Amino acid sequence: MEIHQLQQIVHKTRDFRRTQTLPKYQPAERDTLIKKYHPDFRESAYRPIKFGLNEGESTVRELAALLEGDSPIPADLDLTPAYQTDVLVVGGGGAGCAAALHAHAQGATVLLATKLRLADSNTVMAQGGIQVAITNEDSPIQHFLDTLKGGHMKNDHRLLKVMVEEGPSVAKWLLDLGVLFDRDADGNLHVKKGGGSSKPRLLTCSDYTGLEIMRVLKDEVLNQKVQLLEFCAAVELLSDGHGACSGAVLRDLDNKRFVVVAAKTVILATGGIGRLHIQGFPTSNHYGATGDGLAMAYRMGAKLLQVDTFQYHPSGAVYPEQLIGALVTEGIRSEGGHLVNAKGERFVNELDTRDVVSSSIIRECEEGRGIRTMSGRIGVWLDTPLLEVEQGPGTLERHFPAMVRQYKRYAIDIAKDPVLIYPTLHYQNGGVQIDVNSESNVKNLFVAGEASGGLHGRNRLMGNSLLDLMVYGKRAGLTAAVRSKTMSHGALTLEHLTRFRTEARKHGASSDMTSPMLFPAYAKKE
Amino acid sequence: MATQDINTQSVIDQEEVLHPKMVTVEIAGKTYQVPEGITVIKALWYTGQEVIRGAGCLGGFCGACATYYRTKDDPKVRTCLACQTAVQDGMSFSMVPPFPARKAVYNMAELQDPKQDLFNLYPEAPLCRNCNACTEACPQTIDVREGVWRAVFGDFKTVSEMFMDCVMCGLCAPVCIADIAPSLVALYASRAQGVHFTEKPERLYQRIKEIEEGRYKTEWDRLLKMNEQQLKEACAELK
Ligand SMILES: Cc1cc2nc3c(=O)[nH]c(=O)nc-3n(C[C@H](O)[C@H](O)[C@H](O)COP(=O)(O)OP(=O)(O)OC[C@H]3O[C@@H](n4cnc5c(N)ncnc54)[C@H](O)[C@@H]3O)c2cc1C
Ligand code: SF4
Ligand code: SF4
Ligand code: FES
Repeated sequence: MEIHQLQQIVHKTRDFRRTQTLPKYQPAERDTLIKKYHPDFRESAYRPIKFGLNEGESTVRELAALLEGDSPIPADLDLTPAYQTDVLVVGGGGAGCAAALHAHAQGATVLLATKLRLADSNTVMAQGGIQVAITNEDSPIQHFLDTLKGGHMKNDHRLLKVMVEEGPSVAKWLLDLGVLFDRDADGNLHVKKGGGSSKPRLLTCSDYTGLEIMRVLKDEVLNQKVQLLEFCAAVELLSDGHGACSGAVLRDLDNKRFVVVAAKTVILATGGIGRLHIQGFPTSNHYGATGDGLAMAYRMGAKLLQVDTFQYHPSGAVYPEQLIGALVTEGIRSEGGHLVNAKGERFVNELDTRDVVSSSIIRECEEGRGIRTMSGRIGVWLDTPLLEVEQGPGTLERHFPAMVRQYKRYAIDIAKDPVLIYPTLHYQNGGVQIDVNSESNVKNLFVAGEASGGLHGRNRLMGNSLLDLMVYGKRAGLTAAVRSKTMSHGALTLEHLTRFRTEARKHGASSDMTSPMLFPAYAKKE
Repeated sequence: MATQDINTQSVIDQEEVLHPKMVTVEIAGKTYQVPEGITVIKALWYTGQEVIRGAGCLGGFCGACATYYRTKDDPKVRTCLACQTAVQDGMSFSMVPPFPARKAVYNMAELQDPKQDLFNLYPEAPLCRNCNACTEACPQTIDVREGVWRAVFGDFKTVSEMFMDCVMCGLCAPVCIADIAPSLVALYASRAQGVHFTEKPERLYQRIKEIEEGRYKTEWDRLLKMNEQQLKEACAELK
């Protein structure tokens, strides 16, 4: 059927839906729903990790293969360093830039290596905002509890307390660098309400929060003359022979050569994993989100946490084809947009946590109340025109210019017509285990941002990731910089890799997978 | 995705699926057949090319995929973001290599008179010759020329609003006959607006002070002693 015909049901039922209030699910209902429909509970997609510190623990097959995959490094690689630095930051997204700036400010020498251009990352795409508890009705305590509830009580309390308490001061740091958060008429920071939060606490820069933060941080990294290696991907860490990290091997993607870096401390800020396309899901993530940091840290002997849980963002675009997987901002639901099935019904409180909303969309589609596309996809409607009805014409253009533009390119006017959405692979809830200074169990190896785990439990709350990056990027940068003042460079060895390869052979791990994979293999083979 | 009986009532027609069509495009001078309607970057992948320089967020936010293109029989060369633009028959395109524009180096917090300092940092900015090439080059349809003038006249606030959409693709720089890199000028003006000309948010400062003074200490002590059941109850009470 013609898409406009199918959309009519959304227009027709709008007035009725506006009179409805849908309660959030009770904890028991939530659990049942999630266990039945959330991709995290699809057993056939999981298998145990064969060896290493997390041996026997279950994770998705794509990640297990990555963790057990072989390094591209030959055992006899010449380890003469091309660079020596106090702090090596790997990854040029939000966490990496924050870490580099704070370490640099402490007087350490910093080298920032990143796989793409500086700032080409997941951070640049964050539209929804950053959570900071600043209003009088709100407090760090409330923020803590909301996050815990969202994370199914599985969050590391110490990490979480630090994050919510340092939120306001990192917001100030960003303002002092020139980040333009939206304001109220009285000059205070404007806050919006995010899914799963009891109080409005999202700071935003229209729907370009991540882009604005990233532009400013990138500019500052360049102003501070932090030494930068773009298009240089880390492929292996180096060990000092006594279990501590002493540097990394990069691959220069322009000439394919290995580049050895001797570093007193290494901060992995390599971000997420969406481009592994777990369980065949499309993803909202950037091109380089291939979980490289997890693979490298694991080989080095770092412990991973909660790597069996991923966030599937409820609203990934399904139509048109060009936008598949791309994120449709949660802001639409925060401001009252309804989710509507093929029968014109709402089926979930749109502001429930992401795992609940995603599970309920999957339920609607599996039970035959989805809308199909001919290319074999399925989804439900997100009633965007409702916002114009409720808040006046022009609301979408004013509050969501990026999204309006995103669809306008394909001649779709979201102010007039609803859009079709389905969950998209969005965020890696777990990651490398860290302490409150962002250090892993491997000495001198720090992990910050999405690559780290523990803080968000089994489901990250909207807006908490940007905060995580700024708080733990800072802590990693400061701790690494201070530490590097009182120590000298360690030996550079591949001892951990030798050990890893022996184990891999023992467990019959297939070595046809090279890890890290750096990029998804999209180029069509003959 | 779920397998279920296809409810033909709610299947969206897609012309491209009903009648798949290949179109001819020219990529950096070579001719290829690719499916109609895929994005420019997917067309590159489709023809077997690895893209590293030229791919970033894949979501229209980072500007890594800046591309020049021309449509059939039209002499006009246009710009686009390759991850956001669909190919059409007869299109020719090439990705744009990085351009060595000069970025001024400054310590934002220490600037005394940022509106005046603009002329030391970017002395070329006031030499804009109004050719409008930058505006025409911008894939985000920002009125770039206007932005440069606003910056020169010290209207940093408007500049910051106009350039909130800027994805740093850099396409406005190589076309400038006055050697201005407009997006960098705008970024400077926007940051200066934030650092020097925007109100201090009192409520935020208040909160920072409260935390430093230990205002929440007793509550934390109580909370961190709770067992899982008590914490669950505390969470359930959240309104
Ligand atoms: C579309 C989208 C919208 C989002 N919206 C929000 C939001 O509104 N609020 C919120 O709080 N969170 C949001 N998130 C989540 C949040 O943006 C990310 O979790 C966060 O930005 C991750 O930051 P990071 O610095 O850890 O990683 P990234 O920002 O992804 O940066 C990782 C960097 O490391 C580089 N890299 C990767 N591997 C290597 C390697 N081997 N060697 C060298 N460099 C490497 C990458 O190229 C990249 O530059 C969103 C995420 C997405 C994808
Ligand atoms: S202003 Fe310049 S850098 Fe920014 S989006 Fe437009 S062309 Fe690209
Ligand atoms: S291209 Fe340069 S000279 Fe022409 S209008 Fe833009 S800034 Fe001015
Ligand atoms: S790849 Fe980021 S804008 Fe296209």
